[in-house]
Amino acid sequence: MSARQTEAASRLIKGATGDWEIVIGLEVHAQVLSEAKLFSGASAAFGGEPNSHVSLVDAGMPGMLPVINQFCVEQAVRTGLGLKAAINLHSVFDRKNYFYPDLPSGYQISQYKQPVVGEGAIVIDLPDGTSRTVGIERLHLEQDAGKNVHDQHPDLTLVDLNRAGVALMEIVSKPDLRSAEEAAAYLKKLRIILRYLGTCDGNMDQGSMRADVNVSVRRPGEPFGTRCEIKNVNSMRFVAQAVEVEARRQVDLIEEGGTVRQETRLFDPRAGETRSMRSKEEAHDYRYFPDPDLLPLELEQAWVDAIKRSLPELPDAKKQRFIDTYGLSAYDAGVLIGERETADFFEAAAKGRDAKLVANWVIGDLAGALNKRGLAITDSPVGPGAVGELVDLIKNDTISGRIAKDVFEIMVETGRNPAEIVEEKGLRQVTDTGAIEAAVERVLAANPAKVEEVKLKPKLMGWFVGQVMKEMGGKANPAALNEILAKRLGL
Amino acid sequence: MAVDKETVRKVAHLARVGIEDAELAPLTGELNAILAWVEELGAVDTSHVEPMTSVEADAAPRRSDTVNDGGRPEDILKNAPERIDSFFAVPKVVE
Repeated sequence: MSARQTEAASRLIKGATGDWEIVIGLEVHAQVLSEAKLFSGASAAFGGEPNSHVSLVDAGMPGMLPVINQFCVEQAVRTGLGLKAAINLHSVFDRKNYFYPDLPSGYQISQYKQPVVGEGAIVIDLPDGTSRTVGIERLHLEQDAGKNVHDQHPDLTLVDLNRAGVALMEIVSKPDLRSAEEAAAYLKKLRIILRYLGTCDGNMDQGSMRADVNVSVRRPGEPFGTRCEIKNVNSMRFVAQAVEVEARRQVDLIEEGGTVRQETRLFDPRAGETRSMRSKEEAHDYRYFPDPDLLPLELEQAWVDAIKRSLPELPDAKKQRFIDTYGLSAYDAGVLIGERETADFFEAAAKGRDAKLVANWVIGDLAGALNKRGLAITDSPVGPGAVGELVDLIKNDTISGRIAKDVFEIMVETGRNPAEIVEEKGLRQVTDTGAIEAAVERVLAANPAKVEEVKLKPKLMGWFVGQVMKEMGGKANPAALNEILAKRLGL
Repeated sequence: MAVDKETVRKVAHLARVGIEDAELAPLTGELNAILAWVEELGAVDTSHVEPMTSVEADAAPRRSDTVNDGGRPEDILKNAPERIDSFFAVPKVVE
């Protein structure tokens, strides 16, 4: 088998009658970061008293006309450019008709045949260190619906229209994903890109990003099977679980002689299963038609070009630059670019220093300390300058790497600078060979039996290193100590 | 183009319009008469005419990203058949 076939084979799942390939496409709804809604002047902010972020347009009152929010269009175009996608200078808004209480006008304003953004691509990064390119089919703008509350009254559903009319970008991938892992990696990368662009906050807990997952299975090499759409999956973990569970269901169904029916399903993480949403079946006839209240959206190429020039450095480019200019591993670079703020912190700390060592501290001890305290890197008690100074103290042999960890703990607790802590606590490492030799002699004199033993078992030298370190309060320069000890023991 | 009784029943359901079986035949006749009338437009040769989606030739007006509406739940809820606190209340719909 070629490498490519081996790679493809590793993603297959086993059935009772042979191997199956999973085919996945994702439709991600990402809430546009904006102050006001897509077609009205009501606030797009999360929360608020019920029905307080609602204009008469959002409530579907007769005679109200939608007027598009220019900034929401800009955000969609910016996202399209970030996804290396074609921008359609001419696009059209359509009405998608369906009946549900959270949709007061009886239709959602969306884009059907002529979306604002066309084909693009995302490079996804997999846990084994490899990358794959996944196609983007399109991105269009549409309105969010309101919120139905079912658990407050035995016979009634309560409706809050605060979300109704908030701008969403629906980002549709091509059916290029082949495993649960890839689906999760796609969502993760898309989230990072949106956050870099500042077009969506990526907050999955608050529903700012939700995914509809299309899953089908086939024998390798055969045409696509019938797909099922799993609605509203709201975390990366659940996307992966939903794919696993649904693919397994379809394989079992087909192997038992059944056929997969195209339908909408719901993922229940507690039960670990997907269930048919029968009520959605008959609603699938959306009777799209161009919204007569809205003229086609015409964009100027010069305006699109200006947005393009204002794009920040994107995650893939930043990762490559970190590898090229700082000599970082792909893994370390990948972790650092996960949040723009972390990447900025690293760059500020690494300026003119040993970047690999700085990266280790940012990814390791700093990330650990922040995680433990539930802090974002922007709220870190230890700034990039202080991390840099700590690395300087290690590099110029003022302190050892081990002592640095103690110093760092104090920095996190007190926010003080490392040099000050080293001086005050007397942690400066001892490089004076005379002092180290004296401590070595004291340890040897106190342990004559071990001295005999080490002649037969050279590995015991580590024990002596530990003892001398203890004798010197951990402050001996490790390299100097090793050299002196080896010489003295004749090893 | 013509519609049959089943299509009329389906469209009525999608629009949540309640119709009796007895109404199906007359409605189907009426709708087909309307469709036939609209079909007369097909007599005009439009093969060299750009599709017109609006009578307005101007570019679509845009609004700035400014919050200047909302904060009036009483206006929004004024015509609600039923409400609980500041929510609309409707017959239960659950998946």
